[in-house]
Amino acid sequence: MFKGWNLKGGLDLEGHKDLSRQYSINNTAIPDELIYPLVDRSGNVLTALAKTGERVLKGQVIAGSKGVQGTLLHAASSGLVKENEWRMIAHPSGLKSECLIVATDGLDECCPIDEPVDYRQLSAADICEKVHQAGIVGLGGASFPTAIKITPNNGHTIDTLIINGAECEPYITCDDRLMQQYPSEILLGIQVLLRALAIKNCVIGIEEDMPEAIEAIQKAIECSGFNQIQVKVVPAVYPAGGERQLIYLLTGRETPSQGFPVDIGVVCQNVGTVMAVYQAIVKGQVLIERVVTVTGTGINKPQNMWARIGTPIKDLVSQCGGYNGPIERLIMGGLMMGFSLPDDSVGITKATNCILVATSKEVTKSSEAEIQPCIRCGECASVCPVNLLPQQIYWYSQGGAHQKCQSFGLFDCIECGCCDVVCPSHIPLVQYFRASKSKVFLKRREDEAATLAKQRFERRDTRQVQEKVAREQRIREKKLALVKRQKESVSSSAKMQDKP
Amino acid sequence: MNFTWAAAPHIKPRGSVSKIMLKVLLALLPSIFLLAWFFGGGVYINILLATLTALIAEAMVLKLRGRVVLKCLKDLSALVTAVLIGMAIPTLAPWWVVVLGTFFAIVIVKQLYGGLGSNLFNPAMAGYAFLLISFPQEMTAWAMPESLNAWPFSDIIRLIFSAQLPDAMTIDGVTMATPLDVVKTQAAINPYTDVTVLPLGIETLFTQGWGWLSLSYFVGGLWLVQQGIIAWQIPLGILSALALIAAGFYFYDAQTYTSPLFHLLAGATMVGAFFIATDPVTAATAPKGRFIFGFMIGVLTYLIRVWGGYPDAMAFAVLLMNIAVPVIDYYTQPRVFGTRR
Repeated sequence: MFKGWNLKGGLDLEGHKDLSRQYSINNTAIPDELIYPLVDRSGNVLTALAKTGERVLKGQVIAGSKGVQGTLLHAASSGLVKENEWRMIAHPSGLKSECLIVATDGLDECCPIDEPVDYRQLSAADICEKVHQAGIVGLGGASFPTAIKITPNNGHTIDTLIINGAECEPYITCDDRLMQQYPSEILLGIQVLLRALAIKNCVIGIEEDMPEAIEAIQKAIECSGFNQIQVKVVPAVYPAGGERQLIYLLTGRETPSQGFPVDIGVVCQNVGTVMAVYQAIVKGQVLIERVVTVTGTGINKPQNMWARIGTPIKDLVSQCGGYNGPIERLIMGGLMMGFSLPDDSVGITKATNCILVATSKEVTKSSEAEIQPCIRCGECASVCPVNLLPQQIYWYSQGGAHQKCQSFGLFDCIECGCCDVVCPSHIPLVQYFRASKSKVFLKRREDEAATLAKQRFERRDTRQVQEKVAREQRIREKKLALVKRQKESVSSSAKMQDKP
Repeated sequence: MNFTWAAAPHIKPRGSVSKIMLKVLLALLPSIFLLAWFFGGGVYINILLATLTALIAEAMVLKLRGRVVLKCLKDLSALVTAVLIGMAIPTLAPWWVVVLGTFFAIVIVKQLYGGLGSNLFNPAMAGYAFLLISFPQEMTAWAMPESLNAWPFSDIIRLIFSAQLPDAMTIDGVTMATPLDVVKTQAAINPYTDVTVLPLGIETLFTQGWGWLSLSYFVGGLWLVQQGIIAWQIPLGILSALALIAAGFYFYDAQTYTSPLFHLLAGATMVGAFFIATDPVTAATAPKGRFIFGFMIGVLTYLIRVWGGYPDAMAFAVLLMNIAVPVIDYYTQPRVFGTRR
């Protein structure tokens, strides 16, 4: 089908990358407010560690979540912590959540930075700890804590580090720009990760339509002599940048259906994450800013910018020359997998790689989409990179047969959206699958609750029986004791009577 | 500023159902002209009657089912069913045959099962089979090839609407057995007939028009495959099964069994393989399943043609395999990425 694409399915999408890729990454002004939702992408609650009214410095820890997958959040500029507020957050369902808000003072005063050390002197555990302390999570979108990914894991032998520079979503160019502008920094970041993982092998996967990035990285490898780092060009087919897809393209290994890349000896990190690791370990800086592509035909000056985490979208938009014409949709993330936001006051998160301001040129008006019945044409199956039969899953999801959906691979769906694009009936298939997945989760939770309730009921039942038995036993004993005492008293009185 | 909410993906969808149906209709055009050339302009009347019946019947039921009538009619699926029925029925058949068949196909077979996408059986073929069983005489009276070219169109209209033949003509005088009919009748009269002496050569197929017609379906079908409208596995399955089995019997005994090329070019093989069995709604949906579905249609077609009671069998074979689709779909799920099978 596509040259060099040995996966099934996929789509050849128009890139629209030229809107932003040729301009170097701009710095952004300090916004008046920085907004930090006190909940992360997986729904874990973060505890605010800075008090209301406290003055925080740039780089200071202001919140953190507990548990194995806990992460830290740092203030991106100095200022006063305001009272927590419920605000709309970057979430596919337009949810509101409690947010920590920093009113910046414009001084941008920094926390004292750790004296940078030579990463070659650090142990793997030191690197993991520093990565954790710097609040680094996967910047490709999933926001999984990086420290956990690179912590040596018992039972798994890792042999390859894969760096995801494929950036297959249309419009997004932040990783492209990073590789063009910071190739040697990225290589150093890779060295740090390789040291933490105690392996030698690294492959960077870059899409063929990013020649400047490929050249920059290759040149940097030559100059630095890090020859164990390999650059592999992957075809510009969507979704080549999906984690499982990229691993397969680069190594030929399939990540097991319910498993993770570590199961096949691979750790995969996004280019942006590698840059953050470099900044944390080599420069001693914590993760408070990331590159965001602000693009689309609805923005006056599309570009990439170093944006502080927590910056409201509207601040980024105004620095890009504001909106251009009637805006159809505001999308956080890409055209294929991003989610639309009802409001531009939402703050960007560590997962925000792109703000796409779309006009009716690039997205369908919601009123235009006329959904027709599925005619089982199978186009969806032919473009599915996971080799599913979306038409069947759709059929069963409509009938509420969620068990059947699962047997047809519902949870293997990566929600890439290829099926939606080719569906002649314009059925929002992925949306059905998402709904189906959450119904399965809900069902599981209900089942668990039901099992728990049943166990509790049974325990109560047995307890009541035991109590009853015990009570009867007590009564019997008391009766016996009474009878005994009566006898004794009778006999003693008899004795008394016996006495003269 | 506020914006509209929508679910990902946000990209504009490609293609539409009506575009698919329109391409199928386009691919049928050459065959319609050939039918008219060899068997008379009655085919235009058939198609017109079928189309009117289909649209009215579909609109009626959609109204009864409380659907948005115009939106559903715009998908053009009823039109494809109508055109296929109009082409499958003999060009001299009385008007009520077409109307009845189309009504049955649209109302009973398609809409009563839930309309587009929900019907278990191929509407056009169920309609055809219904007519063939109910009115065998009208359904087998094919005009003698090219005999009607001299007729004025008014005579054809009169024949279709009031069953009146022009003066000094009998119905036997203008109709003629199709090649598949010849095989069946001879075998019925004398099971030991040597088929090689019958006028069943490939050149006869072409002089009688059936060969050309099959070729036009083949070309139109290939175009649909190239356009990505139909799944190639289905026609490949049908044609390969039919050719393989026919070749086996032909080489075993060429005096009793007709040649594989005869089976490929006679009757409804090509139209069935490319335009009937490929209806995605009623066909198997996984690639492997589609081949099995097609292959079994080919096998059944041969069995019924040679040992069954009907000269041709495409309609029955397709309908029988429609029944098997859920089972085929269940057993032919492709291996999902990251799983072992």
